[in-house]
Amino acid sequence: MEQLLAVLIDGIIYSAWLFVAAVGLTLIYGVMKIVNVMHGSFYALGAYAAASITGALLAHGMAPYLSYAVLLGAALLVTVIVAPLIERGILRFMYAKDEVVILLITYALFLIFEDVIKLIWGVNPYFVAEPYGLLGSFDIGDLTYPYYNLILVGVAIVCGAGLYWMLGHTRTGKLLVAVIHDTEVSRAMGINVDRFYLLTFTFGSLLAAIGGAYTAPTVSVVPGLGVEVIVLSFAVVVIGGLGSLPGAALGAVIVGLVRSATIHYLPQAELFVIYLVMAMVLAFRPRGLFSLAEARKI
Amino acid sequence: MSTRRDLTPRTLVLILVAILATGPFAPQWTVFLLTVALAKGLVVLGLMILLRCGLVSFGQALYYCIGAYAAGMLGRLFQVSGVFTLMLAGMVAAAAAGFVFGFLLARYRSIFFGLLSLAISMILYGLLVKTEALGSSDGFNLLPSTLFGVRPADTWVRYMVLAVAAAVAFVSTLLVHRYLRTPLGRLAPAIKDNEIRVEYMGASARHAIHVKYVIAAALAGLGGGLAATTVGHIDPEMAYWTTSGEFIFITILAGTGSVIAPFLGALIFGIIQSVAFDISPNTWQMVLGSSLLVVILFLPNGLWSLFTRRKAS
Repeated sequence: MEQLLAVLIDGIIYSAWLFVAAVGLTLIYGVMKIVNVMHGSFYALGAYAAASITGALLAHGMAPYLSYAVLLGAALLVTVIVAPLIERGILRFMYAKDEVVILLITYALFLIFEDVIKLIWGVNPYFVAEPYGLLGSFDIGDLTYPYYNLILVGVAIVCGAGLYWMLGHTRTGKLLVAVIHDTEVSRAMGINVDRFYLLTFTFGSLLAAIGGAYTAPTVSVVPGLGVEVIVLSFAVVVIGGLGSLPGAALGAVIVGLVRSATIHYLPQAELFVIYLVMAMVLAFRPRGLFSLAEARKI
Repeated sequence: MSTRRDLTPRTLVLILVAILATGPFAPQWTVFLLTVALAKGLVVLGLMILLRCGLVSFGQALYYCIGAYAAGMLGRLFQVSGVFTLMLAGMVAAAAAGFVFGFLLARYRSIFFGLLSLAISMILYGLLVKTEALGSSDGFNLLPSTLFGVRPADTWVRYMVLAVAAAVAFVSTLLVHRYLRTPLGRLAPAIKDNEIRVEYMGASARHAIHVKYVIAAALAGLGGGLAATTVGHIDPEMAYWTTSGEFIFITILAGTGSVIAPFLGALIFGIIQSVAFDISPNTWQMVLGSSLLVVILFLPNGLWSLFTRRKAS
């Protein structure tokens, strides 16, 4: 019973992390039809910016409780600088190309940013443990959990609910849904599709950066941080269905619970189980669990 | 279709002779670089066959890794160390796996083909990382290479592996070249352009893709077995997605214009990688990424199109 509870709690925390890391990927795919390998770079950029800026401010005597806002601010800062540059500077010339070619372009950008990060922040690890330890921890039975994990869950809920509200209940969101369904008709109706692409790419990347920023206090920020995030987010997004917001949530919960269950009951299978689930979903529902049938085009 | 004579077999013979003749005089590191390029070139040759149908596999490292581990296991369990045998073992193991997975993957196209192959290769990675009997994430070392039971002097081992690799690559490349000119081989661009019309003609796209998939897997296994004996060490990273990414990188760099292109691409990749790594260890990925961008933007048909363009003018 105790262990089941632990599985559940670990699973929820891990799902929350996965959701924040992956949801931007599904948003970008839904709107722009780009499988964005660079998503991992934004995750890493967010983590580095958060760790270095928060660390520096704390060293200069900032009130520790402000660090939670600074984490967010750092993610915002780095994305607002980098994402529009990438979208306006490179990606917008590529939209006519094949999906797979655009994937390769984002892969090239990912390789470049792996080194850009090293050039800016060097190869030594960064630590900002203060925000993690600050809130203390709570006990459930014999298990101890830091309160910080609740912040992560909160961030996930805010991101998910915020996106859901924005897409369904605001003017911008409704226009965006129109763009998702048919770019050409939206353009003909006078929607500024280019602006929506820019917004989507920036916002989607921001979500990745936020994921990185709020993970930074729990890990040591080292080069290569984004590499694993890419495949994990691919798995989450593919399980739910590329481009589907509830799909990403479901994918995150499935992967999160499955992983925490295997860690507790069968630790040798930890990594491979996630990809097994991904392969099974692709094998039986190639377009993911939340997806509509697509007409075959001749 | 041009009526010009097919120059590829002749060029291949020339390259083989050049490699065999200059190998003994070349410094050890160039021999190593060349052998690794041959191993990767074999994998990329398979990816090129798939790319001609418009399929990009983001998990070809699966078969590379299967080939390498098949070779490694053979050495570990039965003390086999023959280069030729190990490569062959890698090929057979990978082809068998490719045959099985082919039933599933031949139904998939575009991004979903890539993602499913990625998932399958990551499953293998996850399994190997946690398998202590095979050294977990550290992998294990292979026995020193021999050929038909003969173990040459230390200075000659690398040349021997290179010679065998060159011969095997020569034969495989020639066979692939022939295959691409058979009706089944010529279906590839048709499948890429319009699959439904291929079906109207009475050909089965799924079957054609399955065949190509098994060929690609066999080539990747061959390359994996070769890489294992050349480097002398194998680990689960061989199945990780970044390895697949590297192969796709070379495929795009090389282009699908000729069966020689993958090897040229792999060699150039090896040179860029080692030179960039030498000059500045922290920016070699940046150099690679930028070259990939430049190639996609300015040479969408790969480096090989430089040759064909000149011929046309």
